[in-house]
Amino acid sequence: MSREIDRVTPLHGAGGELMDRLLREHVIGRFAERNTGRIGLSALDDGATVDVPDRGELVVTTDSHVVKPVRFPGGDIGRLAAAGTINDLAVMGARPLALTLGLILEVGFPLGELDEILASFAAVLDEVDVPLICGDTKVMGKGELDRIAINTTGIGVAATTDGRAIGDASFSVGDRVLVTGTIGDHGMALMACREEFRLQTTLESDVAPLWPILEPVVRAGVVVAMKDPTRGGLASALNDMARKSGTCIEIVEDTIPVRPEAQGLSDLLGISPLEVANEGKAILVVRAAAVDRVLTSLRVHPLGANAVCIGEVTGEYPRRVILDTGVGGRRFLEMPLGDPVPRIC
Amino acid sequence: MCLAAPAKVVAIDGQRATVDYQGIVTPVRLDALAEPVEVGDYVLVHTGFAIRRLCADDAEETLRLFDELAHSLDEPPGDDEPPRDA
Amino acid sequence: MMRSRPFTFSDPMRARNLADAIAILAPVDQVRIVHVCGTHEMTITQNGLRRFLPESIDVLEGPGCPVCVTSTRDIDAAVRLAEAGVTVCTYGDMTRVPGTRITLEEARSAGGDVRTVLSAEEAVRIAREIDGDVTFFAVGFETTTPMTAAILLDGPPDNLSILLSHKLIPPALAALSDLPDTHIDGYLAPGHVSTIIGTRPYRPLAERYRVPVVVGGFEPLDVLYAIALILRQIRDRKPSVENGYPRAVSEGGNTRAQALVKAVFTPGDGVWRGIGTIPSSGLTFRESFARFDARERFAIEGEEGEQVIPGCRCPDVLTARAVPSDCPLFRTRCTPLTPVGPCMVGAEGACSIWFRYGGRPQL
Repeated sequence: MSREIDRVTPLHGAGGELMDRLLREHVIGRFAERNTGRIGLSALDDGATVDVPDRGELVVTTDSHVVKPVRFPGGDIGRLAAAGTINDLAVMGARPLALTLGLILEVGFPLGELDEILASFAAVLDEVDVPLICGDTKVMGKGELDRIAINTTGIGVAATTDGRAIGDASFSVGDRVLVTGTIGDHGMALMACREEFRLQTTLESDVAPLWPILEPVVRAGVVVAMKDPTRGGLASALNDMARKSGTCIEIVEDTIPVRPEAQGLSDLLGISPLEVANEGKAILVVRAAAVDRVLTSLRVHPLGANAVCIGEVTGEYPRRVILDTGVGGRRFLEMPLGDPVPRIC
Repeated sequence: MCLAAPAKVVAIDGQRATVDYQGIVTPVRLDALAEPVEVGDYVLVHTGFAIRRLCADDAEETLRLFDELAHSLDEPPGDDEPPRDA
Repeated sequence: MMRSRPFTFSDPMRARNLADAIAILAPVDQVRIVHVCGTHEMTITQNGLRRFLPESIDVLEGPGCPVCVTSTRDIDAAVRLAEAGVTVCTYGDMTRVPGTRITLEEARSAGGDVRTVLSAEEAVRIAREIDGDVTFFAVGFETTTPMTAAILLDGPPDNLSILLSHKLIPPALAALSDLPDTHIDGYLAPGHVSTIIGTRPYRPLAERYRVPVVVGGFEPLDVLYAIALILRQIRDRKPSVENGYPRAVSEGGNTRAQALVKAVFTPGDGVWRGIGTIPSSGLTFRESFARFDARERFAIEGEEGEQVIPGCRCPDVLTARAVPSDCPLFRTRCTPLTPVGPCMVGAEGACSIWFRYGGRPQL
């Protein structure tokens, strides 16, 4: 009685296995592999590269945002849209140059609320000194759209020593895996503010632009690969990286920093912080010899205060992620089916 | 179905209490709890109801039980004694 | 910011000590230990605990997922209610379990008002908010029955009814031991069910079947400890009921919670998917609360008999005669996105847990 999936379901948007399948079967196959640069459509990386003859690599990325609720502890859809796109550029080693902004609004959306969202968007751009250079606006009828949807496109230029953008899979056995801070904050904060749980907490989304802490290590040429663990969380991002690189990633559970409130909510609801979105964190892969230097650099800034090494690249089980559990056991960290929190970003 | 995590009682009002899971605060009912509780106690909570009070002593006692079992199977005394003709 | 919270028991050194104890206590022959709690299976797989056990020790989940063991007859009844215009409140994973015809989720797509709730109290809130009939699909073992009783004792609104499908664990364990080919050498009894019912109800089981029954908690060390206690009983040939979770379980259990249940319900036959009818393993309403019985109020029943799914080995998995990887559909045709049987749908089903967290150590 297995049912074939022939229409879009909520899981298709959740950033896990099903969405991956949707992209590969319906999108990638259709569009011939005509690249503008090294990193193209089929890489399904955080962005793509455009070769500018004699000038290096431009990086382009695009994102749509439908987060619910529109305003959440620690931010709103405006901050999320701006930071999300800045971060997609940043984790490709690209200095953000400009953003575009596409707004789709439902009839009846309060202009005062729109102003607040745009102010949040602008504040992020100010933080990283990046201009908004163009955009588009559409209005849909009452009930035709759930309040607001935002699309942003970002353009950056590779800021590495060799002028090449940083992908998410060019690492090898012996390299180390780092995270820039606490895991699961955004997803857990959004879960906590769902009305039916009747929870009070100070837990906030970590939504923030990461270029300020990533720029120094990118320019120093010590980062081998990077990714930001949004939908599907750390588990999804690491599995993605392991599959693309063909290597094995082994991480140590006790080294992964998790806020006590995020852990408390995890205990209460049975949802793992490793499987929910982060919006102000990055995964970095660096050569073993560079770990201390990179951590020192990251930790200078509040956004990187809890940066830590959580594991390494091995050859043991190609394309898999292994978790060394706190009690001393070992298991595979599987690709999650999606993010357990709906409309997370 | 056995998911019940320990939470700290931070306020009590009759048969209702407020509990704290390391910073996550939520209301619970006490009418299914057999033991009296005070602010500062820990309780196991299942779907919004406290079902058991836990004491800090219980944690130590638990560790003692684990250790007792593990040690009960250690080698009998005497194997560590130095050889007679040292 | 390392994770540390109260009543955590997972330090690796003690785990090593308990693993050593298990290795010393383990007999030469194969030992099959059965538990009946999805949360125990979660603790085992998420922490990679099978790595600490010698090859000769098998720990497997039996009928430990209340959603998975809900009979198709009950699911069909819920579907009929939704089709008749009643607002049906149920747990999330329950909506995707196949009945004889359709699932509750499909009933929702066809226009039925099926709502996902986290507790019986939420169903009461919904009944207060809307005018129409609201039925709560009451599924769960003894940890959860007091909550259903409590909200009925509160005096809920008249438009609320209960589709009663609660199940009781001790009779199910006896039924498992009665089945041929289950070969159960010890039971790891569910910790929080036992918080409510105590350890006494397991005595007839231990005596009649001469099998160790150890109540275990849910921290990684709790589970290793309980396994060690089972093995010690096997070594000493002295099967009994033993409390491996004394900080949360007493011999008499939580008498206040028991009183709530007794005030509203009385034991009746229970129908377990994969097993069949087990006497006294379910609950029925006392006369004074019969007005809340959805089956009476709406005169509905589901189709008789249990729907069999070709190729699906859920009945064997639920009775601890197979593990998920023994089923040819596991990971091939049957996945959480395209589930075939209930064990893959239920959040506490063995197949769902093995898929998401690994099962037998492959490392």
